Amino acid sequence: MSQQENVERRVARETQDEVDSAPDAAIADRKAAMDSDVDAILDEIDGVLEENAEEFVKSFVQKGGQ
Amino acid sequence: MSVHRIMGIETEYGITVPGHPTRNSMVNSTLVVNAYAQHALPATRLRPRWDYDVESPLRDARGFDMSRAHADPSQLTDDDLGLANVILTNGARLYVDHAHPEYSTPEVTNPRDAVLWDRAGVRIMAEAAHLASQVSDAPILLYKNNTDNKGASYGCHENYLMRRTTPFADIVRYLTPFFISRQVFTGTGRLGIGQDGRQTRYQLSQRADFFEVEVGLETTLKRPIINTRDEPHADPEKYRRLHVIVGDANLSDTATYLKLGTTSIVLSMIEDGFLEGQDFAPLKPVSEMHAVSHDISLTHQVELTGRRLTAIQIQRELWLLASKYCSGTWGHELDAQTGEVLALWDDILTRLERDPMECAAEIDWVAKLSLLEGYRSRDNLDWSSHRLQAVDLQYSDVRPDKGLAARLEQRGMLRRMFSDEQVDSAMDRAPVDTRAYFRGECLRRYPESIAAASWDSVVFEVPGRDTLMRVPTLEPTRGTEQHVARLLDSCPTAADLLAALSDDH
Repeated sequence: MSQQENVERRVARETQDEVDSAPDAAIADRKAAMDSDVDAILDEIDGVLEENAEEFVKSFVQKGGQ
Repeated sequence: MSVHRIMGIETEYGITVPGHPTRNSMVNSTLVVNAYAQHALPATRLRPRWDYDVESPLRDARGFDMSRAHADPSQLTDDDLGLANVILTNGARLYVDHAHPEYSTPEVTNPRDAVLWDRAGVRIMAEAAHLASQVSDAPILLYKNNTDNKGASYGCHENYLMRRTTPFADIVRYLTPFFISRQVFTGTGRLGIGQDGRQTRYQLSQRADFFEVEVGLETTLKRPIINTRDEPHADPEKYRRLHVIVGDANLSDTATYLKLGTTSIVLSMIEDGFLEGQDFAPLKPVSEMHAVSHDISLTHQVELTGRRLTAIQIQRELWLLASKYCSGTWGHELDAQTGEVLALWDDILTRLERDPMECAAEIDWVAKLSLLEGYRSRDNLDWSSHRLQAVDLQYSDVRPDKGLAARLEQRGMLRRMFSDEQVDSAMDRAPVDTRAYFRGECLRRYPESIAAASWDSVVFEVPGRDTLMRVPTLEPTRGTEQHVARLLDSCPTAADLLAALSDDH
């Protein structure tokens, strides 16, 4: 597919998306739910993340493998 | 053959002892493997060792053997360096390979089972590290990832048993574009570009940047997209074992399932000559492999002969062909799992094309990216932040309370395919429908009499016999529960079993 066709397809799809406003709203709802899930897990992970991130990352040195 | 064929996954785990960066990783890995072996295997006079007599890692699928004098020492995996190497009652192999602890699943017949026994491996590694940490003066941590972001990579290899008669050139021609494009759903995500991760940008794959050539035998240097290692662990006249080294170690069940399922279907099409005349060959496979991985917008166009397609479009064409192939070959008789893989493949491609973030509950690179983006926006972090690097690493920590993928699963944000009970059971019990059943059950029932075992043999040492007795298991589809359960039930001791087996012949 050429660049041009690809752009056309994308534009066509976006136009279609505007028409399908109901699914859009559903997706937006789901996104909002996902964002709040992410916020909640970030709070949770804060307590789990290795404390000194810099030292943790720097000291993770591996020998090569397959 | 559909998605059903003999297959397995072998994974090298990253290993670190925080605060002791100079500690020898072979010693640490050995501690981990031995700690688990002592805990899980019955304490007996014999600790079944790996039977190396039948291995030949330098055999090349192109039809010649590499001379040992020419081989790099890191390629000689059959030299027993005194490193820990055990077989478990679930038929798996747990051992030390190239300074990493490694778990090879038992042979299974389908992708679902591969996911289950791979997950059992993660739990085994978590348990092993926990046990080893108790006898070590500092905790030993394990990671199911593929790079330290400082130049080193270690693998998660898939194995598929194929018909020997399939021309290797066909495998190279059709698998190369498939491997380059499947990264859109097999990638585990990596914050870092280049082997040493010097550019702090996010990419799809942990492994992509470590591939330097198109076809070859090596796995530790000049890694090839198509690996030619040909060591079938089965009748070499009938079978080839395709050794796939390009994949990432996945934490997501769905990603592992799709990776094995789609690859098996594509292999099936190649074996049946169904892709004859199709042209997906990328002009520059190695640089396209990197380019696809480096583009998280999924819009990069891969240059093929006379056309350009995105990775998703290549996958879409292969999916269409696979759908035609399956309906043409099996019609309504198509088995449930192949149908499920086709539907999931379609669904994931559709959602990836619409908005990759819709796959956060199934695809590792998306799940990890949602965490990274969450941190970036909440704490205003730059991509070069060490905390983001730590998130990338800790995503693959095998500890259920520390691993971020595990935490996502516990919150229901990363989908699981199996319950804890199913995974626990797979830690001890072998699949019932391959020779792994015979291997695992012999080890469970007659631990004091097993001297060694490998994929294609179980070696017994029994009182009253002067020599070790090797029972070959060259056919992966034999030695199943259906074949041998009654025989094993009727043999209280290994000596009874050997007697019964000799009567048979």
